Amino acid sequence: MNSLVRIFAVMHKELRQLSRDRLTFGMIIGMPLLQLLLFGYAINTDVRNLSAAYVDEADSHLSRQLIADMGAAQVVTFGQRVASPGELVALLDAGGISVGVAIPDDFDRRVIARDRPALQLLVDGTDPIVLGVAERLAAIPLRFDSQTGIEERQRMMEVRNFYNPERRSAVNIVPGLVGVVLTMTMVLFTSVAVVREKERGNLELLINTPVRSTELMLGKIVPYIVIGLVQLALILAVGRTVFAVPIMGSEWQVLLASLVFICANLSLGLLISTVAASQFQAMQMTFFVFLPSILLSGFMFPFEGMPEIAQAIAEVLPLTHFNRLIRGIVLRGADISMMARDMAALGVFTAAALTLAIARFNKRLD
Amino acid sequence: MKSNIEFAIQARVLTRRFGSLVAVNEVDLDIPSGRIFGFLGPNGSGKSTTIRMLCGLLRPSAGRATVLGLDAARDSEALKNRIGYMTQSFSLYQDLSVGENLQFIGEIHAIPRRERRRRVGELLSRYNLAGRERQRAGTLSGGQRQRLALAAAIMHRPQLLLLDEPTSAVDPSNRRDFWEGLFELAERGTTILVSTHYMDEAIRCHNLAILDRGVKVADGSPQALGESIGTHVVEVRAGNADAAHLALGKIPRIVSLARLGSRLRAQIPKQTAEPLAIVGEALRNAGIEAEINTVFPDIEDIFVAVTELREHGPIDRESGGTPIRNPVIPRGVAESRAETAPARPRDSARDDRKGDHGGRVEDSGR
Repeated sequence: MNSLVRIFAVMHKELRQLSRDRLTFGMIIGMPLLQLLLFGYAINTDVRNLSAAYVDEADSHLSRQLIADMGAAQVVTFGQRVASPGELVALLDAGGISVGVAIPDDFDRRVIARDRPALQLLVDGTDPIVLGVAERLAAIPLRFDSQTGIEERQRMMEVRNFYNPERRSAVNIVPGLVGVVLTMTMVLFTSVAVVREKERGNLELLINTPVRSTELMLGKIVPYIVIGLVQLALILAVGRTVFAVPIMGSEWQVLLASLVFICANLSLGLLISTVAASQFQAMQMTFFVFLPSILLSGFMFPFEGMPEIAQAIAEVLPLTHFNRLIRGIVLRGADISMMARDMAALGVFTAAALTLAIARFNKRLD
Repeated sequence: MKSNIEFAIQARVLTRRFGSLVAVNEVDLDIPSGRIFGFLGPNGSGKSTTIRMLCGLLRPSAGRATVLGLDAARDSEALKNRIGYMTQSFSLYQDLSVGENLQFIGEIHAIPRRERRRRVGELLSRYNLAGRERQRAGTLSGGQRQRLALAAAIMHRPQLLLLDEPTSAVDPSNRRDFWEGLFELAERGTTILVSTHYMDEAIRCHNLAILDRGVKVADGSPQALGESIGTHVVEVRAGNADAAHLALGKIPRIVSLARLGSRLRAQIPKQTAEPLAIVGEALRNAGIEAEINTVFPDIEDIFVAVTELREHGPIDRESGGTPIRNPVIPRGVAESRAETAPARPRDSARDDRKGDHGGRVEDSGR
C-alpha cells in the first residue's frame, strides 16, 4: 500500500516537472512530427526525375521512340539535347546532369545486329541509388517491332509488387519511424530524467527516504510509457492522414507490440542512467545506441542485405525486432503470434536491462 | 520522544577510504540523545563522509556505527524512517513550488493525506514560508531555501537529524533564525548532528567534535574543550599591533599567534608557569605598550590548539628565526572576523613613532 503511494508520489512529481519543462514537452510532440515530415517527404528512396541530357546522332524513328519511353518512365527528365557525347561528359563533370544518354549514328543497325551495345548510358555513379536507377533504365526493351510477341518470351521474369504497389517509401518509412522516434525519446528521456536528479543533488535526498529502488524506477518509467503511446498514436495518425499509410493489422496488436518495445527502451534508458554521471554522458550513450539502431535495424537498409556480423549486432537491438513486428502488423496485416520470436526477444531484453538497472542502482553513494 | 537510548549515535573506529585517501580515520563517537552535536572542521576534514556513513549512504571501510540502536550500514533502510538528512547543497526540486516539494516529501514518507496537509501547513508557518507555497523553490533566497530544506528533513518527525553544513550559503541573521529552529527541535527531544566550519556556530552546540583530515582530534563541550587544551591563551591589546606581532613572533615559547584587528591572541604551553610575564617582557623589550590578559580559549583557539599544534608541535624558531606563520584557519573564521582582514597599510616609521608615544588601544570592537 505504502509502496503504491510512493510510486504514485514519484509519478506525480515527474509529470509536474515534465509539464514545466517546455523544451522536453515540445520534443515529445515536435520530434515525431519533424521526423515524419523529413522522412516522409524529403528522404525519399524512390528516385524520380533525375536530371538528364541526351545526344541523338542517329535521329531515327527508333531513337526518338526510345527517348520518349525513357522520359515517360519519369525516372529521368531530359532537360536538354546536346550535339556530341563530349558535351554530355562535360555536363556530367559539371554536375549539371546525373544521367546522359548517348545514341550513336549507327544505332538502328546495332539494334538489328544485336552484336554490341546499341547505346550508352553515362551515369554519375557517386550515388549508388542513382546507378541502380540507371540500370533499370537499361532494361527498357529495344526493338523495331513491339508487336511480334518476342518480348513476352524474352522477359522471363516478372516483378510483382506486394504491399506497396505505388512504390512509395512512406509506406515503409512511417511504421519504421514509430520505432526510431520511440528509441530516440524513450531512451533519452528516461536516462536524462534519472541523471538530472543525480546531477542536481536530488538523488542524495531521495535515497535518504524510504522510497525503494524499484518504486523509484517504476514511478519514473510509467509517465514515459504514456508519452510513448502518445507518440505512437501521433505518428500513426499523421502517417494515415498525410501519407495514406494504412494499418492492415489489428490496432490492439500494434499497441501490444509498442508497449513491449517502449518498456525495452525505458529499461535501457534506466540502465544508461545508472552508468552516466551527467546528462551529457547520458546523451552520448543514447546516441551510441541510437545510431546503430537506425542504420542496422532494417529501418534504413534491408536487413537481409547486411553482412552477417552487422545482422548479429542488429539482433541485439530492440528496434530490429520492433521493425519486424510493426511493419508486419501495420503493412502486411500479420498476426503477432506469427512473430512470437521478436516479441520474446523484446521481453528478454527488457527483463535483462531492468534487472541490471535495479541491481546497479543501489541506494548508496559508493 | 521514545528515545530511551542514551546515545543516539555510537561509532567505533569508523573508517572510510577512497582509494588511497583516508577520508575518515578511526573515528569514535558517542553522541547523546536529545542534544545538538557539532562537527567542526575545515573543508575536506571528513565531516560529510562521516555523516554519509551514519545515514547509510556510504559503507564504512572499517569500524561500525550504531545509530538509534541500529547498525547504520546493515539496517540503513529501517533507519530512513527515523532519520532526517539535510544535504550540503540544496537538494529539493527547484522546478517545483515550495508546497509541491513538501507534498512530495510527505507522499514519499507515505504520510496519510489529511495528516500530510496539516503537517505541511504547520511546517510552512513554523519556518516562515506561509504565503510562498506557490513559489518555485529555485527562486527562493538562500535563507528561505535552508528553511524549506529543514522543513522537508523533519517532515516525518525524525528522532535524529543530520545536517551537513546547513548554513554555508546563509547570511548571519538567517543563520541565527535557523539555529533558533534547531534549538526548538532539540528541546522536543530530537538529536541533531550538525557539521560546520563556522566557529560561532560550533559554540552553540552542546557538544563538539573537531575533525582534522579525517581524524577526530578533540571532543567535548566547548567549555570542557577550552579547559583541556594544552595552552594558555594570552590576549594582547597593543596600539601598534604590527610591531607587537613582530616582537611576539620571535618568542619560541609562543606556539601560536593570531591577529584580530588590533588584538593578538598568543598561545603558550600549559607547563609554562607565568605566561603573562613572558609576553610582557617581550613587549617591554621591544618598547611596545600593551594591555595583556590571560583569557579563556575561544573556539578558534581550541581549534588551532588541537589541529595546528597537533601537526607541527611548538614551532621551532630558535634555529631559523622565521616569523610565526599565521595558523591555517577554516574559511568561515575569516568571514566571522571580517575586520581582521585588511592589514593596515602604514609605513613602519610612523608606527614606531606612535609606539614611543605610548600604545593607543584601538579596537574596532568584536
